[in-house]
Amino acid sequence: MNNALADSWFMTVRHLRNLFRQPAWIAISLIQPVVWLLLYGALFRRIVEIPGFGASSYIDFLTPGIVVMTCLFSAGWSGMGLIDDLDRGVVDRFLVSPASRGSLIAGRLIQGAMVGVIQAVIIIVLGLAIGATYPGGIAGLTALTVCAVLLGTAIGALSNGVALLSRREETMIAVSNFVLLPMTFLSSVFMAQALMPQWMQDVAQYNPVNWAVQAGRAALAANGDWGIVFSRMGYLVVFTVVCTWLATRAFRVYQRSI
Amino acid sequence: MDNAIEARGLVKTYRGDVRALDGVSLVAETGTVFGLLGPNGAGKSTTVKILTTLSRPNAGEARVAGYDVVREAAKVRLAIGCVAQKSGLDPAATGRENLMLQGRVYGMRGRELKGRAQELLERFGLDAAADRTVRTYSGGMQRKLDVAVGLMHRPQVLFLDEPTTGLDPEARVDMWSEIARLSGEEGLTILLTTHYLDEADRLARRLAIVDQGRVVAEGAPDELKAELRGDAIVVELEEQPHDGEVTRVLAHIADLHDVAVEARTLRARAESGAHMVPTVLAALESAGVAVASVGVSRPSLDDVYLRYAGKAFCEDDAEVKR
Ligand SMILES: Nc1ncnc2c1ncn2[C@@H]1O[C@H](COP(=O)(O)OP(=O)(O)OP(=O)(O)O)[C@@H](O)[C@H]1O
Ligand SMILES: [Mg+2]
Repeated sequence: MNNALADSWFMTVRHLRNLFRQPAWIAISLIQPVVWLLLYGALFRRIVEIPGFGASSYIDFLTPGIVVMTCLFSAGWSGMGLIDDLDRGVVDRFLVSPASRGSLIAGRLIQGAMVGVIQAVIIIVLGLAIGATYPGGIAGLTALTVCAVLLGTAIGALSNGVALLSRREETMIAVSNFVLLPMTFLSSVFMAQALMPQWMQDVAQYNPVNWAVQAGRAALAANGDWGIVFSRMGYLVVFTVVCTWLATRAFRVYQRSI
Repeated sequence: MDNAIEARGLVKTYRGDVRALDGVSLVAETGTVFGLLGPNGAGKSTTVKILTTLSRPNAGEARVAGYDVVREAAKVRLAIGCVAQKSGLDPAATGRENLMLQGRVYGMRGRELKGRAQELLERFGLDAAADRTVRTYSGGMQRKLDVAVGLMHRPQVLFLDEPTTGLDPEARVDMWSEIARLSGEEGLTILLTTHYLDEADRLARRLAIVDQGRVVAEGAPDELKAELRGDAIVVELEEQPHDGEVTRVLAHIADLHDVAVEARTLRARAESGAHMVPTVLAALESAGVAVASVGVSRPSLDDVYLRYAGKAFCEDDAEVKR
């Protein structure tokens, strides 16, 4: 167990280091949430005037949504690096070593979680700069970040699972494109749930992206409903456990195929 | 433990009924280099994958460093180093970082870890490039680093899957002397796979030729060559002969054996090649078969391969390049 933790940490360090050696990646992942925040913020600014929207400032409404969306998208592409490792024989090299098998996936998930926290903080600060308010305070912001990171961990596990099963970048790109945007639009990231078509509301109820957004918004509200926060967080924990289990199954399938 | 590697009846099938291994057995004595030779797809890498615990055999069993590769995989892993056919290096990390991470997963820490990484970087002439990312390394440098990574935790048994493929002649000679040194001075047992017969001939105490998942010949290089008894005669014909024509013409010559024709090349063996050549040429001439060139050679591993796998080794290599 001790070994597994140490190995996971070594792998995490490796992934973080490699990430920070890609200036283009850093630039894009910093700029992308800014663009989303500014673009969607401006585009939908007057949406709050629709009766029944239930929020007075769209930036207040949007910021937690962008935090969740950013974690979702980063996590969705997490499997790409694994495909590269599989192609190069890096995974096989560690499989013939005593390295804990779990650490090969866990390292990527921990790295993803750490990057997720950094991205969340950046977006929160940026939101503040363009006028967002967070009545829920530090507790609310922490709850939002935890939910976004949980979602990211779950989706990251799925993404790695797809990478292990397909081992092809094309498949990975197709699956991510097919899944990520619909998951975003079938949630209340941009639009109040009450104003969505009924069938979308029904679907959104089971959408983990929506759980994270609902929990984040409730936690940031002035007199937030922490019942919602904790129940959604509970769903997300279960979802993360299920996704991680699926990823370990995919790992077995890969091991059997070599 | 006399034999660092012992495999018996290894069978491996992949989905879509590919029978990659069909009962491979081999024994490598501790402290020696064992060569595994064979054409593309023969099953060399599959054998290495099973012996290094990466992949499980469908049947058969193997012990490496005294441990069963399936039941005691964890112990095997601690004892072995593996340089796979595919490099397995992290291109975004530096040479030193690759070594350090490898050492860490084997539980090395602190000064021991740093010292060992530095020692290997120096030994493989990589210290100048140690802190550059591996992406910037030449193919030869990467292969050296691969071997250094495999040696990081001082394994007892080292697996090298085609360590010299793609290296220029100079780098290959360097690698050869390193391999010879490892087994000689450091007492490592090394299992080496290769397409190059001269490499196996030079380095391996014993070798096995595998073809289509089976060991078709096994022994010391000299033993295998001695088994062939006699010289090889190779005649290049002007034109491709009709089926069976040449074999018929030569059938009555006593002491000429193993006659085989492949396209325009005729091969045969005789106790004394030099004495046999005039007889062969006369027989061909009287049958009206025009000859372009004739050669006689002492038995080489190429002939051994030819004898057991039934086709010339170099032709397989040509296929790879195409
Ligand atoms: N993971 C796999 N899935 C399916 N088939 C495989 C797999 N690995 C190997 N094979 C098949 O098993 C056979 C033996 O392959 P192997 O890689 O062991 O050959 P090799 O002797 O190492 O060849 P080369 O000299 O080209 O490296 C081949 O037919 C190959 O296609
Ligand atoms: Mg191979």
